Amino acid sequence: MTAIETFRLAKSYKVGFWRKREQEALSPLTLAVQEGEVFGYLGPNGAGKTTTLKLLMGLIYPTSGTATILGRPLDDPKMKAQIGFLPEQPYFYDHLTVRELLAYLASLSGIPAGDRERRIETVLHRVGIHDHADLQLRKFSKGMLQRVGIAQAIVHDPKLIFLDEPMSGLDPIGRREVRDLIQALKDEGKTIFFSTHILSDAETLCDRVAVLNHGQLRGIGVVADLVREVSGRIEVVWEGTAATDAIVQLGAETHSSGAIFRAVLPEPLLERAVDVIRRSGSRLISLSPVRATLEDFFLEKLEREVETGSRVASGEGAS
Amino acid sequence: MIGRIRVIAFNTFREAVRDRVLYNLVVFAILMVGGALLLGRISLRIERLVLVNLGLTAIALFGIVIAIFLGIGLVSKEIERRTLYTVLAARPVRRWEFIVGKQLGLIATLVVNAGFMSAGFFAALLYLQHRFEAADRFLLVALYFIVLQFVVITSLALMFSTFSSPLLSTIFTFALFVIGTFAEDLRGFGAMAGGSTRALTSALAYVLPNFAVFNVVSEVAHSIPVPGRLILFNSLYALLYATAVTSAAVLIFDRRNLK
Repeated sequence: MTAIETFRLAKSYKVGFWRKREQEALSPLTLAVQEGEVFGYLGPNGAGKTTTLKLLMGLIYPTSGTATILGRPLDDPKMKAQIGFLPEQPYFYDHLTVRELLAYLASLSGIPAGDRERRIETVLHRVGIHDHADLQLRKFSKGMLQRVGIAQAIVHDPKLIFLDEPMSGLDPIGRREVRDLIQALKDEGKTIFFSTHILSDAETLCDRVAVLNHGQLRGIGVVADLVREVSGRIEVVWEGTAATDAIVQLGAETHSSGAIFRAVLPEPLLERAVDVIRRSGSRLISLSPVRATLEDFFLEKLEREVETGSRVASGEGAS
Repeated sequence: MIGRIRVIAFNTFREAVRDRVLYNLVVFAILMVGGALLLGRISLRIERLVLVNLGLTAIALFGIVIAIFLGIGLVSKEIERRTLYTVLAARPVRRWEFIVGKQLGLIATLVVNAGFMSAGFFAALLYLQHRFEAADRFLLVALYFIVLQFVVITSLALMFSTFSSPLLSTIFTFALFVIGTFAEDLRGFGAMAGGSTRALTSALAYVLPNFAVFNVVSEVAHSIPVPGRLILFNSLYALLYATAVTSAAVLIFDRRNLK
């Protein structure tokens, strides 16, 4: 079953003093997330990730398009009882203790009083804040608040969990713990939709990812398939200075360590590079394919956009 | 639905208590004790009159200040701090339930606050008179009318809070309170005028809140009975007016993008 489905979901804001100018925060977005999936929503700051999440959470209304969660409209209370949400940089009622906050939110989710205590205890242990459960939230650090945010998102045992930048504000150990928690939730069969700009997290955890930039969807798919788009590069290592200029002329950047040189080249240029190295009398040490990462995919997409943008700006794109 | 509204109302009440809103009771207590001791020394047979005027005016004033200052932040503070994200985004809470819960929570705070002040006021009165008189029961009516005022003011502050900044909400609510206090004068002015001015002032007099009808302090201070008809009329008026204003707040908040 489809957990999240959007069809040309878009949001723009009227800006300026007279509110006549429209600024698009999210271009028509069509995507589907299946139940049980861990779905990464990636993009640099300002890409439109939080806008999408706010639209899905019903905090802001779309300018056009539709969306459903668990097959129900976005304002359906029955659906809302089955989802959890961690906002970006969460802030809570600071007059409450963690335990009181969780009790408050769990009761709003309709958790019966008899079951509430047990669930709160479980979740406090799970996110590692049990020792601070009776401390008022105004005394919490940013990292601790993030853990509280995760606790409130899962206290009512939702089927689908939305996490906006869940690793934000956490130290390396905290990040590792949250990664493990997301993995555990996945193993329990939960669907997780999380936005992040930390690509290594997405690469480790996600079944599929969507890449967003300037409010537009730039790619969607299984991580391995996406990075395949930018793979096909070879690392060449050789000894001897004579070939360096010729390799640079092929368009590659070279790095050296003593007399050992290294360059990463697109696959089609491989034969020419090897030929150059041999003819110069240098010694070829190794040729190895470069494993592309999600970061490579991401950067390539962004670079391509910058190039397209500058071509359009210089008039090349106009016809 | 009722359960969720109750939970939100209780949290609003708890927040006000923990934010030390009830500290105003200390100032009120000092006022009452000081007033009673001072008035006990004079015997011009106006002690009761002065104490009732002082006590009821202070209860109303303290409550109104709290109603405005807490009311204007009821929604705007939640939006600004983004605390309502966790309530509205992924809980089966409808926006109108949130608004009604917040309002009831604030009204509960004001009622408890007024209850403590009333206890202090009656204690001071007992100290002064050494016993309660039959006419003192009308003081309860005056206190009830003060609470009705709180209900109307809370709904106004809440409505402004759904779309305006705290500063502007304070100005708007306070301005409406002042205008509403002179609502009877506005009606009188309209009756004297003619043509379009009369129509305009009449319309304004009905749209703007009429706080003058709730003020029976002077009557009860002079032990003048409050007619039952006025109690019924004021109850209905406060209920209908507050419902209309809260409905407007819900309509505005329902359409709002919570950025």
